[in-house]
Amino acid sequence: MSLEGVLRRGLERKPILLMTHLVVGYPSLEDNWAMLEAMNQAGVDLVELQLPFSEPIADGPRFVKANHDAIQAGVSWSTYFSFASRAARIGFPVVFMGYYNSVFRMGAEAFCSRLAEAGLSGFIIPDLPPEEAVDLNTLARDCGLDPILTMTPTNSPERLAQIGRQASGFLYCTARTGVTGRQTDLSQGVAEFLRRCREATPLPLGLGFGIRTAKDVRVAREHSADIAIVGTAGTQAWEELGVEGYRSFLKGLVDA
Amino acid sequence: MLHETFAELRATFDSARRDETFWQSYVDVTTSYGGRPTPVTYCDNLSRTFGGARIYVKREDLNHTGAHKANNVMGQGLLVQRMGKRRVIAETGAGQHGVATATMAARLGLDCTIYMGEVDVARQHPNVFWMRQLGAEVVSVTDGTRTLKDAMNACLRDWADSMADTHYVMGTVCGPHPFPQLVTYFQSIIGQEARAQMLAVAGQLPSRVYACVGGGSNASGIFTGFLDDPETELVGVEAGGKGVETGEHAARLAGGQGSPGVAQGYKTVFLQNEEGLMRHTHSVAAGLDYIGIGPMLADLHQRGRVRFESATDAEVVEALRLTMRKEGIIPALESAHAFVAAFREAPTLADTSAILVNQSGRGDKDIFTVADALDDEDWKDFIGQTAARYAR
Ligand SMILES: Cc1ncc(COP(=O)(O)O)c(C=O)c1O
Repeated sequence: MSLEGVLRRGLERKPILLMTHLVVGYPSLEDNWAMLEAMNQAGVDLVELQLPFSEPIADGPRFVKANHDAIQAGVSWSTYFSFASRAARIGFPVVFMGYYNSVFRMGAEAFCSRLAEAGLSGFIIPDLPPEEAVDLNTLARDCGLDPILTMTPTNSPERLAQIGRQASGFLYCTARTGVTGRQTDLSQGVAEFLRRCREATPLPLGLGFGIRTAKDVRVAREHSADIAIVGTAGTQAWEELGVEGYRSFLKGLVDA
Repeated sequence: MLHETFAELRATFDSARRDETFWQSYVDVTTSYGGRPTPVTYCDNLSRTFGGARIYVKREDLNHTGAHKANNVMGQGLLVQRMGKRRVIAETGAGQHGVATATMAARLGLDCTIYMGEVDVARQHPNVFWMRQLGAEVVSVTDGTRTLKDAMNACLRDWADSMADTHYVMGTVCGPHPFPQLVTYFQSIIGQEARAQMLAVAGQLPSRVYACVGGGSNASGIFTGFLDDPETELVGVEAGGKGVETGEHAARLAGGQGSPGVAQGYKTVFLQNEEGLMRHTHSVAAGLDYIGIGPMLADLHQRGRVRFESATDAEVVEALRLTMRKEGIIPALESAHAFVAAFREAPTLADTSAILVNQSGRGDKDIFTVADALDDEDWKDFIGQTAARYAR
């Protein structure tokens, strides 16, 4: 089934889905595996796995450190893909997240075939503008992969419409400008922003950047987001609360 | 995230370029505030020392704030005024671009934040002091290799949030479009002047032009003036650090260790591993200690129009010492790279020919690094006494 199909089926059962995130190799592959098991138990709907990069310009301090520590620990493409293919067998859809230089160095064809072989559903490349991505996205669709594009509050209606036309799977809508990891005031303009995104595409809308608590997930749901995306807060919960605390953190988000 | 911001910047730059009065208004600020035109100096003693070609130096060190960086900053200041933004941010390595940006912000009444890698904050501290005196906030960047590339990442992150009221004053010919073109446009004033000055002072065009290459803005600026002169060979000099063979350097093109990549919002030749992770770089000169190179320069290299060489830290210190002793000129450590290549090649050229070295900046900022490299006892005593006085 297509990624969009899986999401739509999920949305028949619940009003909002949950996507979680981890940087592969941070804090360690063993920790990552325990995180995935906790995600599965808690009922997380989909997961993004980040391939570490040395210049993660869309990330805030916590993920910058995670990227650099994972590189230091020696995480390579082959580490990433062998981990990702295990992760994809758990059951929930898994998507690639990473920076364009990794894709460029791998080559678009090799990138798509490695993702498809690993059983991933799509990819998020925050530093690749859609106009530069036309060839990659065409190749990807031929391999059954969905390019997941980003919409941001500063995008003009024309820009949103243009992104909407090229998107598939779902949209990653950032609740604010800037980088990952900072608090977001979700009462400010998010409803209006999601309305504009909705006008630009019929695909499911994921809301990310600054979603940290069950309350945030409820607010996202009230604003008719289809997926709540939790990134930095998840890594922070793992680091600060340990495995039990992480489980109840996820449970809280799923039950929100 | 920055799509609309780049569209605004492109539109502002395009309309400025089409406006016939704009270039003149730029020349006017660089004259009345920046001290342009900078002279070309004939260096008789150096020429005699090496024999061969006569050595001329384009004196960008005589700009206000002491480097070519001031040109670009004054130009972008005019664009900031056109866009009506009230805050500027900039990355800096050697601190020269940061100081220049801080003066512009002070003069135009703008808020100013400068990002600088922690390593560079330590080795270029005189410039940190001046930036703060000028009213800028200096943020020490502690992630990654804590040098220029990391300062650039920090700027891009700040800008992704602050674009509504903030302009990113990119300091070199790198980064996303239109920065490489825009910075080259403003720095081309160096080459425009230099070409006319060589004809007037030397009575001929230079057979070679040498410029150091960090991101590549001073090189692009001077080379632009000679692109249509096929008899003038253009030579870019990169940081050879401890030697290109040691891996501790920042030579992307000379030595052939760089490879194509896309990072920090642009495509060029980077020093990276096979999987696209950026390598650590090293140079005694903070302003050259960088993974990437201006994409237009990489292209000129590929087309064979610009030749690339490298100079090691040790050669650079030696060239600096010689230039001071022979000519009473104090080049920045960055600029001294260009002198190394010129000194290497001058003896092989006819004494009827002239070569031109771009002295991108002055060396005052390097006092700590140079004193260390020269192991100057008197300076160490002075620093020791000053430290003791502060400790009391
Ligand atoms: C004096 C001087 N020269 C050269 C450079 C290198 O920059 P670019 O290659 O852009 O001229 C710097 C950068 O900090 C500098 O301060």
